[in-house]
Amino acid sequence: MNTRKPLAIEALNLTKSYGENKVLDGIDITVPEGSIFSLLGPNGAGKTTTVNILTTLIPSGSGDAFVGGRHIDKEADEVRKLIGVTGQFAAVDTLLTGRENLQLMGRLHHLGKAETRRRAEELLERFDLMEAAKRAPSTYSGGMKRRLDIAMCLMGDPKIIFLDEPTTGLDPAGRRTVWSIIRRLVKGGTTIFLTTQYLEEADELADKIAVLDGGKIVAEGTPEQLKRLVPGGHVTLRLHRADQLDRTVGALEATGSDPDQLTVQVPSDGSVHSLRKILDALDREEIEVDEFTVHTPDLDDVFLSLTGQTTAD
Amino acid sequence: MSTLAYSLSDTGTMLRRQIKHMQRYPSLTIMLVGMPVVLLLLFVYVFGGTLGNGLGGVTGGRDAYLFYVTPGILISSIAAVVQGTAIGVAMDMTQGIIDRFRTMSIARVSVLTGHVLGAMIQVFICVAAVLGVAMAIGYRPEASALDWLALVGVIALIGFGLIWLTVALGMAADSVETASNTPMFLILLPFLGSGFVPTDSMPTVVRYFAEYQPFTPFIEVTRSLLSGTAVEGKELALTVAWSLALALLGYVIAKKKFNKR
Repeated sequence: MNTRKPLAIEALNLTKSYGENKVLDGIDITVPEGSIFSLLGPNGAGKTTTVNILTTLIPSGSGDAFVGGRHIDKEADEVRKLIGVTGQFAAVDTLLTGRENLQLMGRLHHLGKAETRRRAEELLERFDLMEAAKRAPSTYSGGMKRRLDIAMCLMGDPKIIFLDEPTTGLDPAGRRTVWSIIRRLVKGGTTIFLTTQYLEEADELADKIAVLDGGKIVAEGTPEQLKRLVPGGHVTLRLHRADQLDRTVGALEATGSDPDQLTVQVPSDGSVHSLRKILDALDREEIEVDEFTVHTPDLDDVFLSLTGQTTAD
Repeated sequence: MSTLAYSLSDTGTMLRRQIKHMQRYPSLTIMLVGMPVVLLLLFVYVFGGTLGNGLGGVTGGRDAYLFYVTPGILISSIAAVVQGTAIGVAMDMTQGIIDRFRTMSIARVSVLTGHVLGAMIQVFICVAAVLGVAMAIGYRPEASALDWLALVGVIALIGFGLIWLTVALGMAADSVETASNTPMFLILLPFLGSGFVPTDSMPTVVRYFAEYQPFTPFIEVTRSLLSGTAVEGKELALTVAWSLALALLGYVIAKKKFNKR
């Protein structure tokens, strides 16, 4: 049909509005097969809407999108055969047991009895759910529920997996488990589309990150490329005496200062050379410093400078 | 497998899901059965003596009323079961798993047909239980083997119509609370028909309504079959037509609501 083979996901000028409210304002996405793509953004940026459109849950407003080379609106059922979805809220049947949930998925994928049973047991084992297999998910911890959720979307052996904020609400240990699950999946050749509001998570997992804000992609690239978008890091000084603030700003060519906190920000790439220059200037001017912090750029800076928002945690 | 085979397989899977739900939470089914049983006992033992005398038969009294009211209670019990259907559908739609179903390559309507078939099982459990209680307190149906067979068909048909209607009400409801209220009028309809007293004893306006609403032919056909008398062609035709019309209406609305999100 469509020969867009090397790309697992492609979106071209995708939009979505609810009445006057423009949720997605023309976004382009390309995700090569077998890679992890992360859509990063604050709450309300349009992440879930993007996932819902790409997974055929809601129709797009305008623009085109292909998943596995199939058009999401015109070939929705073909797309559904290729994908696995784990939404923000556990998509499990709360009245069935963990094992029954997996078997339900197997039957809906028409796997056959023996194969359904075999794969369900394998996933229960792999996701450490064997002991909980006979219980209803209402008795599970958040992490267990999420693992069951991901296991359910793997029953159909999908080529492309959408994970909408898969670690939101999990404790650090649960989050690490989900991360290692995701890494293992990609090793097996699966393509992952991941949304998150945690920069650390995108940094940790993604081959490519797109920062979504107000329905627009405001930056895109590898984690390293994004970090380079923010020019250098800085050093924060906390002064001892208020009367030395202006002199410090002048002597160090500071980019910012806070008279209440007595702090001064000086651009620096964190190298020994640049630090020595700052220390020398401080000596020369006889400025008393209480605290000296070197801040190298991370994705938080990128996020902050691109979206003008503080992050969730 | 063909598309049809897949959708039958998916429907079977969804029905199994509903049966598991019922097994795990039998209290809902028991409650649905309980209501018409209470209704039966109440009407027979509290009102039955007086109402039976008013029927104008040869014997009169409680026994005559038991014979008259049982078919009405049986149809009421279908109306009671489908209350639960609307609630079940509305509750299911709040579950995250429905969105998962929507992103899977399955016959979409199977989610709904699973509910319909599950409710059908509840209808038969409930009708059988109510009939059992009625017989235990002295009801003696005079139906032939063929009548019984026809009765199963008629109950299935009426159930089919009312279930699809309430599936649609469950889908259209914006909350579980709404879904538990909207089908309530169905419980009243047997009272405003020939279920509890003959319609010719009613004032003109009520009688007019009673004669043209679907529950009157439903009850009349059931009553004829159980008493072993000939079923009137007009009542049977109305029963078939009403049931199919309600089913179609419910199906169209429910399907539309399910696909729109």
